[in-house]
Amino acid sequence: MAGRTQDPQRDQAATGGGARADDAKTSTRTKKSAPRTTGARRKAPAAGAQARRTGSAAKAASARGDAEARIGYYRGMVLIREFEQRAGEMYTRAKIGGYCHLNLGEEPTVVGLMAALRETDYLFTNYRDHGYALARGLGADRVMAELFGRSDGVSKGLGGSMHMFDAGKRMLGGYGIVGGQLPPATGAALALTYRGGPGPDAEAVMCQMGDGTTNIGAFHESLNLAAIWKLPIVYVIINNGLGMATTVENASGEPDLYKRGSSYRMPGRRIDGDDPEAVRQAAEEMLTAAREKRQPGILEIMSHRLRGHSVVDPARYRTKEEVEELKKLDPLPAYRAELIADGILDEKQAEQIEADAVSEVANAIAFADASPEPGPEKLFDYTYATDVPNAPRLMPGDPVLPAGWDRAEEDHAYAGSEA
Amino acid sequence: MTAMADNAQNEITYRQALHDALREEMTRDENVILLGEEIGIFEGSYKITAGMLAEFGPERVRDTPIAEEGFVGAAIGAAMLGMRPVVEIMTINFSLIAIDQIVNHAAKIYGMFGGQTPVPMVIRTPGGGGQQLAATHSQNLEVWYAHIPGLKVLAPSTPADAKAMLTAAIRDDDPVLLLENLSLYNTKGPVPEGDHVAEFGRAKVTVPGTDVTVVGYSRSAAIAKDVAHRMAAQGVSIEVVDLCSLRPLDRETICRSVMKTGRAVVLEDDWLTYGIGAEIAATIQEGAFDYLDAPVRRVAAAEVPLPYAKSLEKIALPDADALIRVINEQLDATRFAR
Repeated sequence: MAGRTQDPQRDQAATGGGARADDAKTSTRTKKSAPRTTGARRKAPAAGAQARRTGSAAKAASARGDAEARIGYYRGMVLIREFEQRAGEMYTRAKIGGYCHLNLGEEPTVVGLMAALRETDYLFTNYRDHGYALARGLGADRVMAELFGRSDGVSKGLGGSMHMFDAGKRMLGGYGIVGGQLPPATGAALALTYRGGPGPDAEAVMCQMGDGTTNIGAFHESLNLAAIWKLPIVYVIINNGLGMATTVENASGEPDLYKRGSSYRMPGRRIDGDDPEAVRQAAEEMLTAAREKRQPGILEIMSHRLRGHSVVDPARYRTKEEVEELKKLDPLPAYRAELIADGILDEKQAEQIEADAVSEVANAIAFADASPEPGPEKLFDYTYATDVPNAPRLMPGDPVLPAGWDRAEEDHAYAGSEA
Repeated sequence: MTAMADNAQNEITYRQALHDALREEMTRDENVILLGEEIGIFEGSYKITAGMLAEFGPERVRDTPIAEEGFVGAAIGAAMLGMRPVVEIMTINFSLIAIDQIVNHAAKIYGMFGGQTPVPMVIRTPGGGGQQLAATHSQNLEVWYAHIPGLKVLAPSTPADAKAMLTAAIRDDDPVLLLENLSLYNTKGPVPEGDHVAEFGRAKVTVPGTDVTVVGYSRSAAIAKDVAHRMAAQGVSIEVVDLCSLRPLDRETICRSVMKTGRAVVLEDDWLTYGIGAEIAATIQEGAFDYLDAPVRRVAAAEVPLPYAKSLEKIALPDADALIRVINEQLDATRFAR
């Protein structure tokens, strides 16, 4: 939470775009001590609705999701946690190269979002994408193999940490350039409008990004296109308070990021990212509006980045106090305790879920380690989707034309000449 | 296609050829959509899309806001889902606003994700100076894109090629930048009837000759052809190689021509340093060194932000006179007997 001064409790007023922050009424700073029973009941209101909703203690349990769903969330969160911790370890052991950004602290956000997304929907994310790939069902083994740069990786080892992709699962990419995924995601939503009209079964696009992305031109151009063309897309901003080391306040003229769609009359909401059910419900409402009314929306999710920007970032810009505070804000132990307190899980069942994750990730590491590296014959296979004459296949130091080229028969070049 | 040059009644403009290709592909394939600024109601800044809005409707001929990064990127995403968007960028100068989407996304998505999803899109955009549009609106930036693996870059010099190349670009599964040229839009030439699809990655010899090879593309290939005809009258046999495809580059056709002529001059509208001519010259010196009788020469633009004033604009840009002068210098240096 380093440097973050915006407070969800403050953000009650709606802006011109219908922005609201009611679902995040429990401050991320105070929520761990606040009794959960005051949580708002989130009963599928239309995105952008202004009404404040009240809940009763009796209904609060369903607001956190049914038992099966909550166990599912926990299972997903634990898998991401274990995966990311082992990925960090594999990075320090040089099994993983390049940049490596972890979802540590964002687990409830990730599983909540992915629970809202249908198989028929499309997902675009930024580079902090491992958790999304796991929760989207790409398989810990193939995701780890991608991190290892192996041929069984989800992108055949050609993409790495920032570029998880599975066309079949409709995860159309993690993207490493900040904001780069927004225009293509918007265009994917445009393509959906040619497939059929709006309706409850229509497909939609979810485009995830970080808080820092809301300052780049691609964000604003994309939102504007989605608004004027009425595209079925939900833009999800994961606000962990920091773009690398730059705070939201220092980077954004409107630090209440869910309001930044107001210029495009796009409804926005701010949600507590530690509550996976709240995240799911809010995302589902916005996706429903996208499907049924072609109403694009912005969902800002208040989350935590427990570590540095990437594996190699020691986050020295955080004070000792902030680091201590962060430890207390870790959403996983809190969610576990909540499930046990609510009688959904007992200690033994929780341990079993954790053991399952440990073994799944251990298997994934073994799978990745055993997967072959892409061979040199693969180097030029994916530059073009269609074969093209004279596509360069030169290795460093190769002559520009093969020896003996001048003794070969000439072919096509004179076919159309004037003589 | 120039073989039909005698069929004069089939002559149409380069502009019309592009229009016809778009219209035919829109009719043939409903996944082809057009995106760009002022392409609908205004019918295109250079009128390539005239009449298309009325014929195909606002969903397939989609006017965009002034947001190149947004709409070029949107075309990428639409292409990933199976559409075949053709984007018009009003001039290549404005493509710089979209360069992250073109270079970091369109060119990378197929390869970076292991060949899972092609990006079948076309960017049509004109380059070229000489219209007194001053420094920011007169550039030839195609080399920026010709440098990028994953992109295909085509540069037609005739109406027939314009039509065949745009058709090929739309039907291809990779992102293609089709370089048009402001000063070619009104030029006329024969265009054969029927379905003609250009081949990527092939240069062609548009005028055969034996004394000097002149390499060009787009407007410079048209000038080279004109110069070849003029100098033929003086007893100089020029072979013109029209690159057609800037990426991939057909190095063999260039070198094969030099193997025959022993001399080479490159004409390019772009600035000299690091230009396409530099790549051609390097290719020739390596691929055809043993056949060269003289150093490869380049005729390119003066390296300044192009001035508005006609007097300065004119002398800064390469033209037929400059090409003729350099050809003659090269012939004289090698004691060519006329």
